[in-house]
Amino acid sequence: MLTFILRRLLQSIVVMLVVAFVAFLIFRFVGDPVSSMLGQDSTMADHEQLRERLGLNDPFYLQFFRFVANALQGEFGISYRLQQPVTQLILERLPATIELAFASATIALVFGIVLGIYTALRPRSLETAVVMTVSLVGVSLPTFLIGIGLIYVFAVELKMLPSFGRGEVVNLGWWRTGLLTQSGLRSLILPAITLSLFQLTLIMRLVRAEMLEVLRTDYIRFARARGLSKRAINFGHALRNTLVPVITIAGLQLGSVIAFAIITETVFQWPGVGSLFVNSVQVVDVPVMAAYLVFVALVFVVINLIVDILYFLVDPRLRDGAKSGR
Amino acid sequence: MTDLPHNSERTAPAKTSRLSAFLNSDLAWSYRHSPVTIIASIVAATLILMAAAAPWIAPYNPFNPATLNLMDGFTPPNSKSMSGNYFLLGSDSQGRDVLSTIMYGSRVSLFVGISATLLAMVMGVGLGLVAGYAGGLADTIIMRVADVQLSFPAILIALLVFGIARGLIPPNQQEGAAVWVLIIAIGLANWAQFARTVRGATMVERQKDYVAAARILGVNPFLILLRHVLPNVMGPVLVIGTIGLALAIIEEATLSYLGVGVPPTQPSLGTLIRIGQQFLFSGEWWILFFPAITLVALALSVNLLGDWLRDALNPRLR
Amino acid sequence: MHSTLARIASALLVSTALAGAAHAETVRWARASDALTLDPHSQNQGVTHNFNHHIYETLLDRDTDGNLQPRLATEWSVKADDPTVWVFKLREGVKFHDGADFTAEDVVFSLDRARSEGSNMKQLHAEVKEVVAIDDHTVEVRMVGPSPLYPNNITNTFIMDKGWSEANNVVEVQDFAAGETNHAVLNTNGTGPYRLQSREVDVRSVLAAFQDHWAETKPAVTEIVYLPIADNATRIAALLSGDVDIVQDVPVQDIERLSSTAGFKVETGPENRIIYFGYRFGEEPLKSSNIKDSNPFNNPLVLEAMHLVLDRDAIKRVVMRGQSVPAGVATPPFVNGWTAELDAYPAPNVERAKELLAEAGYPDGFTVTLDTPNNRYVNDEAVSTAYVGMLGQIGIKVTLASRPVAEHSPIILANQSDFYLLGWGVPTFDSAYIFNDLVHSKTDKHGTYNVGLYTNPELDAKIVSLGTETDLDKRNATIAEIWKTVQEDRVLLPVHNQVLAYAMKDNITLAVHPENQPLMTDVAFD
Repeated sequence: MLTFILRRLLQSIVVMLVVAFVAFLIFRFVGDPVSSMLGQDSTMADHEQLRERLGLNDPFYLQFFRFVANALQGEFGISYRLQQPVTQLILERLPATIELAFASATIALVFGIVLGIYTALRPRSLETAVVMTVSLVGVSLPTFLIGIGLIYVFAVELKMLPSFGRGEVVNLGWWRTGLLTQSGLRSLILPAITLSLFQLTLIMRLVRAEMLEVLRTDYIRFARARGLSKRAINFGHALRNTLVPVITIAGLQLGSVIAFAIITETVFQWPGVGSLFVNSVQVVDVPVMAAYLVFVALVFVVINLIVDILYFLVDPRLRDGAKSGR
Repeated sequence: MTDLPHNSERTAPAKTSRLSAFLNSDLAWSYRHSPVTIIASIVAATLILMAAAAPWIAPYNPFNPATLNLMDGFTPPNSKSMSGNYFLLGSDSQGRDVLSTIMYGSRVSLFVGISATLLAMVMGVGLGLVAGYAGGLADTIIMRVADVQLSFPAILIALLVFGIARGLIPPNQQEGAAVWVLIIAIGLANWAQFARTVRGATMVERQKDYVAAARILGVNPFLILLRHVLPNVMGPVLVIGTIGLALAIIEEATLSYLGVGVPPTQPSLGTLIRIGQQFLFSGEWWILFFPAITLVALALSVNLLGDWLRDALNPRLR
Repeated sequence: MHSTLARIASALLVSTALAGAAHAETVRWARASDALTLDPHSQNQGVTHNFNHHIYETLLDRDTDGNLQPRLATEWSVKADDPTVWVFKLREGVKFHDGADFTAEDVVFSLDRARSEGSNMKQLHAEVKEVVAIDDHTVEVRMVGPSPLYPNNITNTFIMDKGWSEANNVVEVQDFAAGETNHAVLNTNGTGPYRLQSREVDVRSVLAAFQDHWAETKPAVTEIVYLPIADNATRIAALLSGDVDIVQDVPVQDIERLSSTAGFKVETGPENRIIYFGYRFGEEPLKSSNIKDSNPFNNPLVLEAMHLVLDRDAIKRVVMRGQSVPAGVATPPFVNGWTAELDAYPAPNVERAKELLAEAGYPDGFTVTLDTPNNRYVNDEAVSTAYVGMLGQIGIKVTLASRPVAEHSPIILANQSDFYLLGWGVPTFDSAYIFNDLVHSKTDKHGTYNVGLYTNPELDAKIVSLGTETDLDKRNATIAEIWKTVQEDRVLLPVHNQVLAYAMKDNITLAVHPENQPLMTDVAFD
């Protein structure tokens, strides 16, 4: 047990280092921060001087080493763009992203499961064909277009919902929440829907496929033969067996929702870490970009680790596998 | 309940050509009985043909800047510009015929999408075979990387690969290489699904006797695996490939939205949508609408085909 | 009874009068990006200055026509017996937001801070030797030599309170390269018409009118809610849906629609910014061309052909939706040295251009890559795309390399481009600013944006002489000479001057500022 978790932890650390390295490598190539930091009044001498002061002239390995050493202490330096500590910037914006991610994950989960069950129980009906097709339209459109389209319809034409931002927020300690005000909740609707569409389709299809498969298994047939009610079979047995893999996948997807939020946050001017990242890319704010990537990697490594450990606890076969050194 | 016509069709002609064998196969049968799939395949085939034949059938060549007249810009659909050119679907901000840019743009999008998917497929199948066969450290490394890949949104990975490529290629050659960079970026972002599927199938096959026999006979067991595993996983791989193709087309569009795509003088569907999106509030709806509809039609029909393929190849779901 | 009525009546009168004067008016002001920092000397960037102009004040300011105006300084002149000294008379009775008095000490402190090592404003004060307080309301700025145009350089140099800066440990400009943060990044104490109420970077900042501001007329806007919205479509949607009142960065294609939509109006006006194409000079063959034995751009005939084929009016009409001022010289009309004669441009002539190209030895044209930003100037990518089409008509096959400005700038600054689009704003309103950076040979101090590496030692000498020439007539004559050579050598290919557009609800009036730095104090309500 302990060896398994330790090995997993070790692997996670390696993954984090690789991500940090790749992140760092890339940012050397996305552009020159110095030219966006100094205005048009600057001279070449100023550019050279600033590059020297930022340590951008140092050898690559030295810069990377410095970055990792600082990152280990939770220190990602000062944003080139906003001149504030990066860790603070990310922590300030984290609540917005997490609330958006949870809201859209909830939408995706609820509608995904309901529609998935429905389409599985009536595989040949017209409604199923419609739902399956319409859900594909959702993933066939780029996210930015869906966002703009929703804004156009619900904010500009119908004037029902806010067009951008997070509405009024309330501070609960350091956590700034938009869930406690009416304007905050109204602001959440459009971005959450936009962000949820992709996962919704994914979960719906997953539930449908799992459910169809479970319904064909022998024990459900036996249950039918025993004369159990349809309702008891469908929801008591089939659904329960379907949900385990679905919840796992949905959990794993949460990390990906947070990262996916980049585009949605940009379109809706949602003040989360995703829009911070996009704003930073535009001016090559390396400290923020690197911190963001490491943060996303951390989120998914942690989620993966939890899922792995849970699996380990639940599934005895894996435990044997671990012993035999696989 | 569906078994009767099915069986009679399959057993009727004993010796037939390959074509009729195919026509009588399960696949063909399920195809004929799914009107949605028939429509989707017709739409997809039309769009693909249109894109392939663009240089011969498009009314204008929007990729040749010398033929453009800026003063033709913003001509509404089904009307003539001041210089007397007729535009069925209107013209865009550069005086390009929207219909022609869609034809040429689909060509770019499909080329990028198909090439990227093929790249992902070759990579994924190859790595999946290695991981599944070799096991141990190689398996751990490959599957860990695949985990990273699957957890990061593809778009972020593509963005990163794009960034690296920009840094490695000298500035004055970047535009020529842009399409290839896109293909590699999207391809690298999508290989993990293939690898997972193939690895699973390989691990099952590896246990079988013939592999051990091959090893004893001195035949490279890897080759044997390739020959035996591939046919088994071809179905799922094809499904992932089809859906991957739709994803790749959307990813290309999103990358264009973020400003890292093909050159604007040779726009893809995604670039066209990015440009058209600027005119959402200004009244020139056709610049956005037609490319967007085309993109949806393309992605949707390919997705529906993938769906059908999945269901048709999975006998338990029929 | 009578008196009570009278009292009630007068009370009513007073209250209505009060309501008229102190009626709280909030303006929700949206633009594409946020101020980078509130430390006034840390960034030399338009958006940052624009925001800070509401909180801090400068000695001098510009009106919407670009003329210098008194602000914290009431008078300014060169010292009678010494041409190297500028004397500023300061406004009396000015208070900082925390109640401290504004004195010469604060000016000396602020100008010293602005020209210190960590300041991004230091280039504008490079000629300053020392700043000295003569009395409480007089300051002398002593220069290294005669600097007749120095007042033009200080319209974005803000005055901080010395006492507050010392108390809060912000005497030095933040050294973020060393990983330091600083109180002044998020906190302010200026003399400006508004005080900072709250700030969430990139999200929302609230400013409230400063009751003890020195100006006699109180601004109509008593509260500003500043909202950065990055996406163009979202920003316009926010205005249309009533979520904001003023949008500063309006895409040109939306102007017509917005002005014809009931409830909204758009104010437009020229910006002090020229958009131009530049070429790589020198004998060395171009990296991106199929011509491997010579540089086509080094041939004046080729440049003339490229000039002739650029249809500026078509670009204005279609790409810019009428929102540009086509230009024949690479300087905006606001700038000293501009003349209508220089600004004339020829009607496009494709036939003649083809002949010129053949004459130059390129009858079949050539290939080249054009580098363009795609998120910096108004429709920058579309302008470049249009020009690619025009060049195609004479056989010059251009590959368009379109990049975000963060990737475009390093290529430009490293002189790696053969052919590029760039824009240039002229904050000093004087031609010398253009010559220094775009025309002078590239050195550590000059020619930073001389991307094509044009060199002309004779011009260099003339350009340097502009910095110290005190005889304005003679100086202007030199400027005219330099422009003549620049035009003859076709150093730069000007396209147009940008036009700014502000969209707002139709009960609001706000004129366009040529440096795109509108003040909410200028807002009027109907």
